Amino acid sequence: MENLLDGWGITLATFSPLVGAAVMMLIPREREDQHKLIALVTSLWVAFVGVLLLIQFDLDHTDRLQFGVDKVWIDVISSRFSVGIDGMSLPLILLTMLIVPLCIIYSWNHFPDPVNPKAFLILILILETGMIGTFVAQDLVLFFVFFEVVLLPMFFMIAVWGGEDRRYASLKFFLYTLFGSALMLVSFLALFFLTGAETFSIAGLSEAVAAGGVSRTAQLWIFGGMFLGFGIKVPMFPFHTWLPDAHTQAPTVGSVILAAVLLKLGTYGFIRIAIPVLPDAAVTWAPWIGLLAVVGIIYGALGCLAQTDVKRLIAFSSVAHMGFVMLGIATLTDFGINAAIMGMVAHGLITGMLFFLAGSMKERYHTLEISRLGGLLVQAPRMGWIFGFCVMASLGLPGLAGFWGEFPAILSAYNPANGVPIETFRTYMVIAALGTVLAAGYLLWLLQRTAFGNPPAEFADDPAITDTTRHEWIAWAPILALIVAIGIYPNLIFRVSDGAVDASLSDCLTVDAHQLTDEEVEALGCSDVYRLGEVTGHDDDHGDDHAEETNEHAAAGN
Amino acid sequence: MDALLTIASAAATASATGDGLALGITEGGSWLLRNVWLIPLLPALSFIGILFFGKKMPRGGSELGIAAVGIAFVLALLTGIAWVDHRDSFHGDEVHVAVVQLDDHGVAHGDDHGAGHEPGHPSLAVHRTATWFQTNGVEFTVGTLVDGLAVMMLLVVTLVSLLVHVYSTDYVHGDRRYTHFFAFLSLFSASMLLLVVSENTLQLLCAWELVGVCSFALIGHWWEEKPNSDAALKAFLTNRVGDMGLLVGVTVLFFAAGSALPDRFGSFSIAETNALANSGALSHTTLVVAASCLMAAVMSKSGQFFLHTWLPDAMAGPTPVSALIHAATMVVAGVFMIARMYGVFFEGFQIGGSSINLMAFIGGLTTIVGALLAFVQRDIKKVLAYSTISQLGYMVLALGVGAWTAAVFHLFTHAFFKACLFLGSGSVSHAVHSFDMKSDMGGLRKDMPHTYRTFMIGTVALAGLPPLAGFWSKDEILVGTGGWGLMGGTGGNGAYTLMLGMGMLTAALTAAYMTRCVYLTFFGEFRGHGEPHESGPRITGPLWILAGLAVVAGFFNMPKGFQLAPGSLQERFGHFVEPVAGYFPAISHATPSWSLAIVSTLVVIGGIAASGWYYFVKVEAASKAAGTSLTELPDGPTTKYPLARMGHTLLSNKYYLDHFYNGVVADGTKGPLARMANRINQDVIDRTVDVVGETAVKAGTVVYEKIDQLVVDGAVDASGRGASGAGEELRKINSGKVQSYAAILFAAATVLAGILIVLV
Repeated sequence: MENLLDGWGITLATFSPLVGAAVMMLIPREREDQHKLIALVTSLWVAFVGVLLLIQFDLDHTDRLQFGVDKVWIDVISSRFSVGIDGMSLPLILLTMLIVPLCIIYSWNHFPDPVNPKAFLILILILETGMIGTFVAQDLVLFFVFFEVVLLPMFFMIAVWGGEDRRYASLKFFLYTLFGSALMLVSFLALFFLTGAETFSIAGLSEAVAAGGVSRTAQLWIFGGMFLGFGIKVPMFPFHTWLPDAHTQAPTVGSVILAAVLLKLGTYGFIRIAIPVLPDAAVTWAPWIGLLAVVGIIYGALGCLAQTDVKRLIAFSSVAHMGFVMLGIATLTDFGINAAIMGMVAHGLITGMLFFLAGSMKERYHTLEISRLGGLLVQAPRMGWIFGFCVMASLGLPGLAGFWGEFPAILSAYNPANGVPIETFRTYMVIAALGTVLAAGYLLWLLQRTAFGNPPAEFADDPAITDTTRHEWIAWAPILALIVAIGIYPNLIFRVSDGAVDASLSDCLTVDAHQLTDEEVEALGCSDVYRLGEVTGHDDDHGDDHAEETNEHAAAGN
Repeated sequence: MDALLTIASAAATASATGDGLALGITEGGSWLLRNVWLIPLLPALSFIGILFFGKKMPRGGSELGIAAVGIAFVLALLTGIAWVDHRDSFHGDEVHVAVVQLDDHGVAHGDDHGAGHEPGHPSLAVHRTATWFQTNGVEFTVGTLVDGLAVMMLLVVTLVSLLVHVYSTDYVHGDRRYTHFFAFLSLFSASMLLLVVSENTLQLLCAWELVGVCSFALIGHWWEEKPNSDAALKAFLTNRVGDMGLLVGVTVLFFAAGSALPDRFGSFSIAETNALANSGALSHTTLVVAASCLMAAVMSKSGQFFLHTWLPDAMAGPTPVSALIHAATMVVAGVFMIARMYGVFFEGFQIGGSSINLMAFIGGLTTIVGALLAFVQRDIKKVLAYSTISQLGYMVLALGVGAWTAAVFHLFTHAFFKACLFLGSGSVSHAVHSFDMKSDMGGLRKDMPHTYRTFMIGTVALAGLPPLAGFWSKDEILVGTGGWGLMGGTGGNGAYTLMLGMGMLTAALTAAYMTRCVYLTFFGEFRGHGEPHESGPRITGPLWILAGLAVVAGFFNMPKGFQLAPGSLQERFGHFVEPVAGYFPAISHATPSWSLAIVSTLVVIGGIAASGWYYFVKVEAASKAAGTSLTELPDGPTTKYPLARMGHTLLSNKYYLDHFYNGVVADGTKGPLARMANRINQDVIDRTVDVVGETAVKAGTVVYEKIDQLVVDGAVDASGRGASGAGEELRKINSGKVQSYAAILFAAATVLAGILIVLV
């Protein structure tokens, strides 16, 4: 069993959905129940493999790539089928494996127009392969391929099953992301050629760059390319405008997958590829990433306040929430990136859940116009309370998952990594803290207008407005339970990610220069971007301050 | 002055402690003290129980809530007894931590702690932790820190919560969300109990937010009506503004402690942070910033001026909630936090320095501002709410002048008499179905004898007449200002004469507005409809218990040298509650003064007499003359003097603060700011994307030069549109709309806050 997982576990998890999809293609479209069953069984099987992987995962060495496979793939460009799981990817892989079956259960009896479960479910399964593949890939070409595999099914999902303005939204989503991917690919190729490492493996390229193969300027440009590619996917301000359109037009399940997993591909790219491979460039870019992150936090929140549509509001809130994630990443500290991973999982669960709820509300009210809604708690009390719960989780209430993505990110911004300007990030910290106030504002305001009060006249006696159905309960209960579980015991995520994150950061970023002698700093061989040399062994600021204070006391006393 | 010398010389002469910093905590202690986590756990379990099974229970889940809080109260009592024993006879090992060695000036003067206390071993707080999570290779803990303060809070919270639970079974009987109400009462009790035993600031922050969300849910209990949900939102959002300060303050302290402790990344530990602050290992700048940030959180949570406006609105919630959350427990969380982090505040605001500091000033201002507002309220609960704000101001003032024990003691006595008053007002409204004193009350003393008597006891206690509870704690605060100086009343942490004056003024105001409140409610003739009747035993029972406590609670801390009480009964509360430990600063204690007690009592009597003369003599006579029950003189001062009228208008409009917050800050953000962001999004950023996209689509069919043309054109178009959009916004600002100014003010505030942090 153990050996089987070691060699085949990841491959099994990644490609089982494709097998399921292939089987479904052979079955005629009319047999809808069979399609549903196969899709569900496939996704549950993947989740089962995921659980097995989790059980076998060595939690004491989360920094190591486990269940690794490294086989020849496209020899002519030295690209290999190289996959593995470490503590950084495990939470996101499990999140994917959880969300997909829940989406299938949720859509069981109500596929959006033009129904066609066969095509819809096949697309979801292909998506799953793409998403898991991206998280396990350790080779840049492989990563790129999976990254792109995700794009097409989502495009079709929006373009076929979407809302009124679906053509525009889907095309925008597709082209915008493709544009980013192109820049990302150029960056990958530049790395390959400039290092001369003859490999696309992340670890290999990282070593080659560290060995000094690439000039500082080139590194900055390459990082810039990746930044655009990943930043569009996140999406970071000001590259976010595809998101509200895509979310608003996408079918419910599409929105859920988009919010829960797809956005994380971008942030994951930063912490898996951009920062480990190009730490020097990351330090130079960090203040700008941080700036866009906090602008996104405030701007996204303000955008939310201006929205009149529930779904569009939630979509804008993603911009703000991913801003916290990016702020954590931009600190380049272990602390901040752990917060970011926590933030990704929490946002995936919470915002995914909010989109589920928006979908269910749309089904009942046939509108998501905020001004027309109201009194959800009266007509569908359970759903209303779940909505309230998710709103609380989303605004970062301690005891629920969202808090652990938000507060540690703010915390980490107080003390960013070596070379990252402290004053700048402390300013960001305060702005981000202001963002928590605005988040509470737009979310509670949304809750008040949709859930509180009495139902408006047009829906008061509408029999279609029923409380949570059984399918909804099954789809939602695991998410709700996880939001609480992670909120109470955040170690569920932190424990897994910590070691891997620490290992992914170069010593130059993390070392505490105050505690080292000049010789030891010299021996690290860090470039001057980290400004280690400027820190003399021990500072005596505190002592001086206190001395003055004491003197004042003495003077006052005399 | 002596105190100053003591501190200065202590700092100058103490030698470096090579073996580290004494925290004043122990890992040992009796089983009860080491397992207080059971106390918050009980209501937490009952919350889950009520949530899932409450509706199926015969009494809708209330029985489970009462059982859990009841057992928690018994456990808290036992814990209290264990602490009394621990305080006087425990001789365990003390925990030390290593600190980064500083130069000769920045040495620990932890050895000096306890100056001014009776000799004896230090009171070691019982400390217990478990790993919560690990990140950055650092283990973060969750745990309990049990000392006199925590034990006192456990007792107050469980007792008031239990009484409120019992009271509620009658008061909200038949409510549409009865089960839900008790579920949230349980969750609130659990969160509040978790807060008071918190071992670290992160845990404190979590509990702090959780009590906030319970408050939100209970204020908005009847959310069908918009004013109620508005009040709930206002409470939550105002608190969020303060919580920004908490987030930042906790962060600053975390890293500050980390840099002072060798091989540590940071520390949330309350004991460590305080001990480091006391020892001078943290820079003064850091402490000023941290203390100011935390003060923002105190201002919102404990209703200090100018973040207090949510508290009167919070009266939209059911009355038992107002008594428990918005009078006795949650709103004192801010006061509790200052008391808990006193090392940080004491050093940060230099409370030992006798100059007026931010905390004392805010407290003093709040206490007067709140008391004045209580005069113009028609709603009996709002009178009590403003009174709560005023009394919370008293506590903050006391902490600001270094009268730690007095503040905490006032918290203790206030919890009982204010809960008594609130529950009393609930009992009245139960009978007359209204909270309006002017139109629906009057003359109730005959119909509701129990409510009347308990309310009177609560009133006298609040006004601060001897020998009821409020007198003792108020007197200690006035003494603690150290500004009296006539036969005692000196020797505190400096002479805060201004604070003494503010406290005296409030004492007179309090007596006066409560006299007004009592007259309007219980005297004169009944002005409402129907036949008011006395409430049942589940309401009057808790009232009498609280009234009893309002009588006796003051005796726990009779002043030192008080000739009428045996020496063994003097300052018992202070002895058991005030820490003598490394995590507590070396504060000085003022000497009590007979003359001050007499003068302050005369001031109170003066307040009662003035107000009583107006209502019981003038208004009563006018009523007789008019033949109806009046609530004010038809030709009162507001009709005669323009200045009085202006003052009345200012108070009726609550100093226009709500206009500013709602109209300017909230609407400014929701309106112009949000619209501007949205417009930039749609017309600038998104338009650019569209233009780029459209351009790219055409690129396949158009020759190279034309693409070039189009891109330039498109960009020009887009920027042109952007510019005209911006111009429109500018015009709006010029048109004098306050909302727009608000947006700018808000932005400026953010920038200023940013600068403050950067300067650390």
